[in-house]
Amino acid sequence: MTESSSPLPHAKFRCRGVNVHYGMAQAIKDNDIDIYDKSVTSFIGPSGCGKSTFLRCLNRMNDTIDICRVTGDIRLDGVDIYDTEIDPVQLRARVGMVFQKPNPFPKSIFDNVAYGPRIHGLASNRADLDALVESSLRSAGLWDEVKDRLSSAGTGLSGGQQQRLCIARAIATQPEVLLMDEPCSALDPIATEIVEELITNLGETYCVVIVTHSMQQANRISERTAFFHLGELVEYETTHDIFNTPKDERTIGYVSGRFG
Amino acid sequence: MLSWVALIVTLMTAGAFVASRHRARSVAHGDLAALHSRPVYHGAYTALRVAIAGFGVLIVGLILSNIGLRAALFAAIPDSLGTLSQIERDLIVSDGVAIAAGEVASRTDAAREAVGARYNTLMMARNIGLAVLTLGAAAFVYLRSITQISVPFRARNRTEKIVQGLLMVSAGIAILTTIGIVASLLGQTLVFFSEIPITKFLFGTLWSPLSGVHSGSMDPDKVGAIPLFAGTLLITFIAMLVAVPVGLFAAIFLSDFASNRARGIIKPMLEILAGIPTVVYGFFAAITVAPFLRDTGAAVGLTISSESALAAGVVMGIMIIPFISSLSDDVINAVPQSLRDGSYGLGATKAETIRKVILPAALPGIVSAVLLGVSRAIGETMIVVMAAGQGANLTANPFEAVTTVTVQIVALITGDTEAATAAGPAFTLGFTLFCVTLIFNVIALRLVRKYQESYD
Amino acid sequence: MMSETTMPPAVSVHTGEAAKKRMKKRHNAEKRLRAYGIIAISLAALALVALLYNVFARAVSVRTEHYITVAADISKDENDFLKVVKTAAREAFPFASGRTQKREVYGLFSDGAADDMRDAAEAGTLEAGSGIQRRFLLSDSVDLYLRGVFGTLEEREPEGALTLSEDGKTVLLQSTAADFNDALGLVKAGLAQQSERLRREAERQSAGIETLTARLPSLEGPELDDTKAQIEGFKAKRAQLSGQADALDATIMAQGGERLKLTNRMPSFFVRSNDGILKLTEVSSTTALGKPLIPLSGTAAGAWSLLSLDRPEIGRPVKDFQVALVEDLRAKDRIEEVTNWRFFTSSDSTQPEIAGIYGALIGSMWTMLVTFSLAFPIGVMAAIYLEEFAPRNRWTDFIEVNINNLAAVPSIVFGLLGLAVFLHFFGVPRSSPLAGGLVLALMTLPTIIIASRASIRAVPPSIRSAALGLGASKVQTTFHHVLPLAMPGILTGTIIGMAQALGETAPLLMIGMVAFITAVPEGITDSATVLPVQVFNWANASERAFDMRTAAAIAVLLGFLVVMNMIAIILRKRFERRW
Repeated sequence: MTESSSPLPHAKFRCRGVNVHYGMAQAIKDNDIDIYDKSVTSFIGPSGCGKSTFLRCLNRMNDTIDICRVTGDIRLDGVDIYDTEIDPVQLRARVGMVFQKPNPFPKSIFDNVAYGPRIHGLASNRADLDALVESSLRSAGLWDEVKDRLSSAGTGLSGGQQQRLCIARAIATQPEVLLMDEPCSALDPIATEIVEELITNLGETYCVVIVTHSMQQANRISERTAFFHLGELVEYETTHDIFNTPKDERTIGYVSGRFG
Repeated sequence: MLSWVALIVTLMTAGAFVASRHRARSVAHGDLAALHSRPVYHGAYTALRVAIAGFGVLIVGLILSNIGLRAALFAAIPDSLGTLSQIERDLIVSDGVAIAAGEVASRTDAAREAVGARYNTLMMARNIGLAVLTLGAAAFVYLRSITQISVPFRARNRTEKIVQGLLMVSAGIAILTTIGIVASLLGQTLVFFSEIPITKFLFGTLWSPLSGVHSGSMDPDKVGAIPLFAGTLLITFIAMLVAVPVGLFAAIFLSDFASNRARGIIKPMLEILAGIPTVVYGFFAAITVAPFLRDTGAAVGLTISSESALAAGVVMGIMIIPFISSLSDDVINAVPQSLRDGSYGLGATKAETIRKVILPAALPGIVSAVLLGVSRAIGETMIVVMAAGQGANLTANPFEAVTTVTVQIVALITGDTEAATAAGPAFTLGFTLFCVTLIFNVIALRLVRKYQESYD
Repeated sequence: MMSETTMPPAVSVHTGEAAKKRMKKRHNAEKRLRAYGIIAISLAALALVALLYNVFARAVSVRTEHYITVAADISKDENDFLKVVKTAAREAFPFASGRTQKREVYGLFSDGAADDMRDAAEAGTLEAGSGIQRRFLLSDSVDLYLRGVFGTLEEREPEGALTLSEDGKTVLLQSTAADFNDALGLVKAGLAQQSERLRREAERQSAGIETLTARLPSLEGPELDDTKAQIEGFKAKRAQLSGQADALDATIMAQGGERLKLTNRMPSFFVRSNDGILKLTEVSSTTALGKPLIPLSGTAAGAWSLLSLDRPEIGRPVKDFQVALVEDLRAKDRIEEVTNWRFFTSSDSTQPEIAGIYGALIGSMWTMLVTFSLAFPIGVMAAIYLEEFAPRNRWTDFIEVNINNLAAVPSIVFGLLGLAVFLHFFGVPRSSPLAGGLVLALMTLPTIIIASRASIRAVPPSIRSAALGLGASKVQTTFHHVLPLAMPGILTGTIIGMAQALGETAPLLMIGMVAFITAVPEGITDSATVLPVQVFNWANASERAFDMRTAAAIAVLLGFLVVMNMIAIILRKRFERRW
């Protein structure tokens, strides 16, 4: 399974026997997966296969849904994140998230980006905060477009810009992991290209996990790809292997476009 | 008598329906499919026309004759009494009407009896005239309609036209109501301001409009409404001091903290609070809260009047809590989940999410809820009538008795003073109240509309 | 296989000590916010409970009413029943002497007692004859006394044996034990209070003297003399007050067997003995002077008991003589408490004990009938027009804005509209359910229209398309298909609107429904009052006995509202459709 020639990266997440139930229905069935640091990992699969649900387990976003129940073992740097000692709020600061639809707060661009640093106390003074906001916006490739209108509303930006603002907002919180739930599905092709490039760059510094419904996108940006089907992790390989030498019948069917 | 006329028109309507349906059947000679419209539509068409004609003539006739009647009664006041002020003339006419109706008049004399007699003859003539006109119109329309019935007659289309017209008129009642409110309030207000300078009313600090009124006109120095405005403001302020924090925190708890079970208990509780009639709140304020506050005050060395602004304000606040909480709950719930997710995804706590994302986003909606609450507090009547005072004190001390605009309207209208005299200041206060609450309502509704649009 | 290598995790800004500390603070802030929410909801709940408790705790007293049984003569064709009651009263208590006592005897009986007999005579159930024991309704104040509103009566077995000796109009009581100590203590406490009051008064004189003395140097001429005279006056008053206080204190301290006077500002004491009741006027620890209220059969020594009523006579409408009469009758089982149906079958009255809500209930019913038959069809038709037929233009917008604004116009303004338009302009009879119903219909319209529109809008367009596709006209589609589907929602909204109208008071005050009306309205043009206005009227009445009736009327009103809302909830649950 370890055909990649590069030295073994550090496994940021180690998941064993993860099950998720929504009320009576089981959404995730007994999944094992390791997710590596400083790389981009894609989750693909047909709609309703549980890839988003699994993603939301990684920063315990599922906690906000009353009927959702997660069992199994998910470790971040060797620590069980579902341990009662773990504070989900703190966890989410370390494991940031970008959503399908851009969701900037109805505040200024600056306040959007400064939101995380402010609540987590990451900047001791105004200058630090300014610097942090600037560097985050630069990392998100948005600085040049918005530097002259930082105080205008974040909701006034175009869709692609809004999504990059959300990414900048996530980066500003200084997370270790970035989860992205179909971040380009609401964007036009040009905006998608820009965001994809951004994600590739982010993969050099962060552990990035992205859920996508586009196989091409997974192919373009990720080093590893996991294929989910009906709540089951069917196959998890380097992206190259998944698309060129899939082993499982269902994977073959999906990547060749027979269903999905 | 006129209710008999109304009954006859109703019977005629029913009769017209049956007769027309029957006639439609007979013109079809058994071949009902040949008719353009089914017999029931022929019946409905004639019935609707009869009803509209009959009731239309009756109602329009009533309105017109009432206007004429009043003018005729004023004319019936004997000239021998010399020139009289409007208030005196009103008094004579209403006494005359009371004499005619066998009720108690404020005074009985020849002039009033003459007016009363005139009233009796005029009423008789009007009732007979109106009955003849109404029944005539209904019968005429019936005869016209029934002769129209034929096989190709498009009764259905015509009936639907009438129905659509009726629907439109129904919707127009809302506008008529507004016009009615403005016209009835404005009319009296303008009369009042023709006698009293508007500045004296708006900026005067002494309110005692009926003292010395028997001399025929009001003293412009005694109709200063400032004490009423101040009292209303004070009580409203106290009410909002109670209702806004309690309502808002309750809404926040309900939308973001409460479990489904807790919500299932708390929401009905707030609904019960909202459904309690204001007269019950008034009773509560007068018989429980006011004595409680007075005794508590006495125990700690404060003199709290037994009709204090505080008691009325606190109870009014309780009444407005569910209003604020349910409107705020709605707007807080309307903040899209994606914003909450965005904030949680950045590692924010619930409290931070609420304070820094949800409340700012919901602010216009919350402001509009508060404005509607203020408008409600200003216009609330029963609580203040039962628990606030009558005396127009100008004070900012919540422990003293103050009076409000609504209390004075009730006092003026239900008091012993002749209705026509009290109407001037009462309707002027009513108009002021209407305008102020209208402004609050319009701003609030605009805000909430904008808010809804921004999340649609 | 995957490597198990674990690089040491980088220390993140989110896992350091500082972050942990911050985290704690942030979680505390969250707990605080949650606590505020709980406090807010508890306050609202507390208010609700306090309100309901206050209403229902008072209302339960209306459950029963009190009757007295005495003999009364009624001839076959009697028609002056007030006289019958008076005669019965006089004959039942022949010992009442003087105008005051006679008036107090009559005061036991309610005016309703005569009404009851008149009703029975009309129904033919009144038994004529003399000497028959009959039940008479007691007056409101006696009823309240029996409920313990005017203090609690305690009856106590004394320790000593009693010797009675008549002394003119009074009776001297001597006990072998210190049975009158309680009374004596209370007298002394009363005197002590009085003395304290006098001393405070004297203090105030001193203060006046000081102020005036301070002013002296700046005065001259006649003013100076005046002030000096004033000071002297104050001094004299002070001396007098202090003297009185001293005398009182001496009385209190005196150890001898001196009897002290009981006044009407002190609790009342009675002695029951020899089939009679004495009121104590002077007491020492073992002796007392008593005034017979119910005559004694003799002065034999025997069983006796001591009664005390803690509320002083001056603070209650039921006087000592009446208390003695009532207690005597109670001991003879001639006072009974029976279920009070009168409250539901009679109309308003100035006498609380015979006032009921029947008239107001019927008035409410007529008013609601008018409101419903206007507001429901007009509201539904307006909603249909706005949802199904109205073009989207400025005119429709204007109607919408109008409806939304009307929903927030203060109710009293609708009352003024009714007064000016319906009463003065259209000549609708004052105080009539017709006038009230018209005003309430206009007030309820916005509620019904808004609810009906929402319900009509919820009917999916596919239903309309289906009907139109079968060749139905737009009017037919609306009335045959859309309206029936929307009906549950419309009815729910209508019931909620009607419930609001049922509790509405202020606008009805404007159109004269506040008038005192005892007749039950027989149609929509008769003078009438409604339930909430009845509540308002009774809440304003000065008689104490109206309090519990107000509360009971509120309980009935709330009962109706609960039922209406329940129906609305059931309708909503039963027919709720999710398209």
